[in-house]
Amino acid sequence: MSEIKGASVVIVGGGVTGLSAGWWLARDGVDVLVLEKGLIGWEASGRNGGGCSHHHSPLFAEEQRLWPIMDELLGYPTEFRGERIRLAASEHQMALYGRALRNAERQGFQSAVLDVKQAKEMVPLAGDTVVGGYHYKFGGHANPHRTLQGYAWAMQDHGGRILQHTTVTGFRSEGGRVTAVETDRGPIGCDSLVLAAGPQTGRLSAMLGQEVPVQSARCEMIVTEPLPLMPLGGVDGCGLYGRQTLRGNLAYGGGPHEWLALAEEGTPAKPTTPLMLHMGKRLAELLPKAAHARIIRSWAGVIENTPDGRPVIDRLDAQANVVVATLSSVGFGLSPASGHAIRDLVLDGACSFADISSFKLSRFAELEPNWRELQGWQASAATAMLSA
Amino acid sequence: MNIPASDPKSVTGKPLPIDETVDVLVVGGGPAGLEAAIGAAARGLGVLLVDENPIPFTTMGDDVPLHFGQGMAANARNRNAMMEAFIASEPRIEEAFEAGVDVRLGTACWGLYANGPTLGWMPGLVAGLADAERSVLVQARHVILACGRRDMGLGFPGWEKPGVLGATAALNLATRYGAFGPRKVIVLGSNTEALVTAIALREAGVTIAAIVEQAPEPVGDEDLLASLRQGGTDILTGHVVREAVGRDAVEVAMVARLDENGRPTGDERAIACDGIVLSVGTTPVVDLLDAAGGKVSFQAERGGYAPVLDADQRTSLAHVHAVGDCAGIWPAKTRDRAIAEAEAARAVAALGQVATGNKSESPPAPAYDIGDYRLAWVRASVIEARAEFHVCQCEEVTAREILEVRPPRYLDWRDERRNDRSLSALLGEGPPNPDQVKRLTRAGMGPCQGRRCREQVAGLLALGAAQPLSAIPLAGYRAPVRPMPLAMTAHVPEAPGQAEHWDTWFGMHAQWVPFWEVPERYTVASNDATGPVASE
Repeated sequence: MSEIKGASVVIVGGGVTGLSAGWWLARDGVDVLVLEKGLIGWEASGRNGGGCSHHHSPLFAEEQRLWPIMDELLGYPTEFRGERIRLAASEHQMALYGRALRNAERQGFQSAVLDVKQAKEMVPLAGDTVVGGYHYKFGGHANPHRTLQGYAWAMQDHGGRILQHTTVTGFRSEGGRVTAVETDRGPIGCDSLVLAAGPQTGRLSAMLGQEVPVQSARCEMIVTEPLPLMPLGGVDGCGLYGRQTLRGNLAYGGGPHEWLALAEEGTPAKPTTPLMLHMGKRLAELLPKAAHARIIRSWAGVIENTPDGRPVIDRLDAQANVVVATLSSVGFGLSPASGHAIRDLVLDGACSFADISSFKLSRFAELEPNWRELQGWQASAATAMLSA
Repeated sequence: MNIPASDPKSVTGKPLPIDETVDVLVVGGGPAGLEAAIGAAARGLGVLLVDENPIPFTTMGDDVPLHFGQGMAANARNRNAMMEAFIASEPRIEEAFEAGVDVRLGTACWGLYANGPTLGWMPGLVAGLADAERSVLVQARHVILACGRRDMGLGFPGWEKPGVLGATAALNLATRYGAFGPRKVIVLGSNTEALVTAIALREAGVTIAAIVEQAPEPVGDEDLLASLRQGGTDILTGHVVREAVGRDAVEVAMVARLDENGRPTGDERAIACDGIVLSVGTTPVVDLLDAAGGKVSFQAERGGYAPVLDADQRTSLAHVHAVGDCAGIWPAKTRDRAIAEAEAARAVAALGQVATGNKSESPPAPAYDIGDYRLAWVRASVIEARAEFHVCQCEEVTAREILEVRPPRYLDWRDERRNDRSLSALLGEGPPNPDQVKRLTRAGMGPCQGRRCREQVAGLLALGAAQPLSAIPLAGYRAPVRPMPLAMTAHVPEAPGQAEHWDTWFGMHAQWVPFWEVPERYTVASNDATGPVASE
């Protein structure tokens, strides 16, 4: 087996977080190598709804600054389109959805309240179920596949490297620093390590002596055949998130998830379920004038969450040159900013543009060891047995 | 021990609305499916047999579930007549009714669901069924898949014109519906499946002008070739179709001789015909099994991607068997339905029995390398085409755009800085993956669900990466394996608990607390699990 050349920064995980970090580092001239067990973007990064509107996050301002210029920065199309609409089918929903306005307004972003007439004008596929809505003049949506490939190609344009089909089996460390990543293709030396391995982040961080608590779950989406383009593609409501793609398809998700016990290694299967029918029913309620459109696919993704659902982007205490990152099931839209934050942590030791203290691992210092059971996040007996 | 409550936002404790439960569900009412259904009923089991035929005319128009290529005669619009013709063309359908099988024609199975390492929600085997009006969920103790065969698509300029269709679609229209439109056709491919199709069409009154074969010699059974020759059919080996010409539909096929390198020459002839039947690669229908997570692998002796089976036709999914053409296609099986029926009988005998661990007996080795053969067709017809055409008709993607991994044209994306994003730049190491290329080019992403292009795209990727066809992974199938209008989903209600707790995302209060209000420490005890959720 020929020796694989190491890199100044080795990133474990070719998802959207790892690739964005790789791109941010490479464009600063850093020698960076991304390791991926299968194909890049094959997990949650390539299976999400493409939303870019996370007003609860400290990365929100940077997310909003970057998305409109990502095509230009990357040199590849992301299909980003700005702004979103949320339709309400009841006064109760109208009140609930209003919370987003306050969060965004506090950070300097505007929204408009839509009456029935305005909502129907802006969303031609809407129907008589709508009682009103909100027009968020921020955020938007992009195409996950294209964005992800854009990060990868842009990183390669700056000299970064990607090794697909490479499984990490362990780490070598000396004096409290990781010196090499052990893989099924041999050891790969590094000066710094970024762990952004999605559901595998928990298991791999435990090998480094400081476990990031995560639990995996399966979520699902559906997509219809193309329909005439609405003026604004990012339309949510009725318990669904999603978008009309630039091709015209309606891609939507939402509803219950299933907590999973994952096998140690490898790419987990991602079966769908008849939940497709319930998503379809809700989509027809959200956009009644699309009820004739046919569902042509459903798909599922396996996603990790931390106990509080908030990201971890932090340096490990146990290994000084390691940054761990999980975006806890909300990673795609934040990826331009999360990659920037990871770059800052790796090179400068601190995030330069936002207070990300709420992403610190130390918040779990007093976490109950049986937190999964306490939160009811245990895998069903069938999957636990089958994955054992 | 204290047993904690489950996350109310998860699927745990949310029953699926199952319409009915049966002992055995048989999907497909061909020779194997009928034998399985009648045999299982004879064992005293309650059997539901669904077959999507007769296919509604408009569905055929979308090339679902087969590449019908607008080859339907006008009488295919008459659904009652098609129902009668379909039943009359297969006496064992009546036998199945009499044996007490619950036979439902015009009912498609669009999804199959089984628990596995990453799915524990199913109460057992669950299938999604749909007729023209509604979709329902059915639970079955056993499922026997008898879904049949389909054909590899093969493009050339003009192949989108009405009259270019797959052999299986042609065969069904001619022999089961009595509704085949074209009167004079050429057949592409000289394998046994192509020749059997040609003879069946001839018996239905269709003129077979020529068999067109890119290989230097025919690859199918000699006696069938002799019969066709005697009937006046030209056997044109070393030829491909250069173009289908015609104003609104196929009127002429331009056919060219290949040189010794397999490249088309200027030696062309025009063959007047109103149909071009594609039979260059007959392949098992594995959509339901693959979507359910069952194991399939490229098995040349079974006609391409086929289920991994044991000696009793068991698939890798517990209590799911595959029989008939969907379990593998080879010349002898194509010519003798008794082979498919014997598979069905074995599966029925094994219902409820413990697996022996015996592997299935391997079919006879193919007389020719089907991987090389299919690649040769793609090279001669698609890559050497004299004009660009859409390999993926739904999304209008050309062969060049697939091989160069181009963003779709609706983006109008022109990157002047980098123009060398070839397949190899995408891949790094490992074989090219059609699903990855699909995501970037949209080839195979349309409403026909890749039925017309998936084998061609695999062929293009194999040629582009200089890999054998068998190295290219199967482009994944996803439920619904038949397109389903959103409106049809309304008949399956949500469980009350599911509706009550439905949330856009995980329904976690803590996840959406704005960052300026996040507490320094997180513990389950201090968390307000019932707090508001921004995404609800």
